[in-house]
Amino acid sequence: MSSTTAELLWLFVGTCGLMTALTLLGEILHARAGHDNPVIETFMTRVRSWWGMVILFTLALIIGKLGIILLFAFTSFAALREFLTMTSKRKADHLSLALAFFAILPLQYLFVGMEWQTLYTVFIPVYAFLLLPVVSALRGNPDRFLVRVAETQWAMMICIFCLSHVPALLSIEVAGYPDDRGVMLIAFLIMVVQFGDLLDFFFGRRIGRTRIIPGISAKTWEGMAAGVLCAAIIGALLAWMTPFSVMGAAGMAALASLVGMFGNLVFAAVKRDRGVKDWSHLIPGQGGFMDQFDSVIFAAPVFYHLTHLIYV
Amino acid sequence: MNAILTFPRRLAAKIVGLAISLLVRFLTAVRPDWRGIEPVPRQRVYYANHVSNADMPMIWSVLPPNMRRTVRPVAAADYWLKNKLRAFVGPEVFNCVLVDRRPEAREAGANPMQAILDALDEGSSLIIFPEGNRNMTEDPLLPFKAGLYNMGTARPDVDLVPTWIANVTDIMPKGEVIPLPLICTVTFGAPVHVREGEDKDTFLHRAAASLADLAPKGERL
Repeated sequence: MSSTTAELLWLFVGTCGLMTALTLLGEILHARAGHDNPVIETFMTRVRSWWGMVILFTLALIIGKLGIILLFAFTSFAALREFLTMTSKRKADHLSLALAFFAILPLQYLFVGMEWQTLYTVFIPVYAFLLLPVVSALRGNPDRFLVRVAETQWAMMICIFCLSHVPALLSIEVAGYPDDRGVMLIAFLIMVVQFGDLLDFFFGRRIGRTRIIPGISAKTWEGMAAGVLCAAIIGALLAWMTPFSVMGAAGMAALASLVGMFGNLVFAAVKRDRGVKDWSHLIPGQGGFMDQFDSVIFAAPVFYHLTHLIYV
Repeated sequence: MNAILTFPRRLAAKIVGLAISLLVRFLTAVRPDWRGIEPVPRQRVYYANHVSNADMPMIWSVLPPNMRRTVRPVAAADYWLKNKLRAFVGPEVFNCVLVDRRPEAREAGANPMQAILDALDEGSSLIIFPEGNRNMTEDPLLPFKAGLYNMGTARPDVDLVPTWIANVTDIMPKGEVIPLPLICTVTFGAPVHVREGEDKDTFLHRAAASLADLAPKGERL
């Protein structure tokens, strides 16, 4: 057994321990407060969904690269479906939307899988950006054309391009950091961002006073500061997973968490614009895939590029 | 004896039904929006807009299993009896009430309403498409046929529930080949009843209006 596999197992054991603790906490709160407290009910449904995600993610990590690529390609698909359900479209866009789902998405993940960095970093921002509007224009309906192509492009950037930067971390080569440890970097990113969110939610409820965008999101400056600080501490503790120093890991974790939280705010504004509370109802207690991964979506490309810039 | 002989067929119908509902949910991620009613087993007639052949399986799939067991879609006999596969899926999997739309094919004196009223008297709920045909126009709804009014007057206790199926036209516009995997919503509105002394046209207009009300609001995005 290689050291990475052993460490992954330890990580899984550790996460399961934490999840068990959260489940027990929920059960104790349940027993104390009864069964009709909505906050605790939400918490319990979320913990159950997290269990599902931890297990799926671990399975993907064990399968290795192919598992990770397929897992995120599927997540992209689910996110894109939620996003494009909400965007402006006409019959003239049908072919370009079909191409987004069935050609651009698989190609982007193929490029990520082949580690063709020059392709996967420009494919959607350049080629899809220029070519899909051509496909829509050729079908000849100019009604709200700019809105339609802009929204479709935004959907592809967010749901395919940004999200594919999580598995793209596999191809980062840092001197002195073994090739097969890319999976640890992915686990690091997701853990610091998601725990940052969780603690932001927790502290926001406890000590949150000042809403960041009143009327759109429940996020508070106090909760966010506490969440980012906790993410930095968790990042420092998990520095052994990364090619970063302890301080470097704390800094990267804080940055990823901060960017992710602002991503969450951006999506809150998008959802408000479209008059929905959640993107969909596919994950019990969490809304849709976009609701669950909005912060990871924003954090991934920034984390990827900074790692490249500073460490490669 | 008969029960033993039909058992494999009924089992197959159950399995096919489960497979259809899973497939529909995977392809369209369809979800119910219980806006005007609760998802409880109560006798109802769900009347819905009709734009595609997937409409009936979609409503059927979003109903919880206990409601699905007592619901019977009203469907065209000329469509569902065309071949053996359809004759299995329509009457046995979906447990359709088959009605012949072509007057010349009916037996002399046979009343197509009778099969529907019999199903209601057995306690079944129904799914019907009061436009009669698939809506191929740009209008949200075609004029309703009289069937809904006749059910409402003959069995006034039964709730007539408007049921709007959204997004199907975006998933597969006319003339397109590839379906888009967008998310569909089936919205159930507040029930309507035929009022005392209300005539057919007034009622059908009112029923159509409460159905069209459930369509997503605002300017078309």
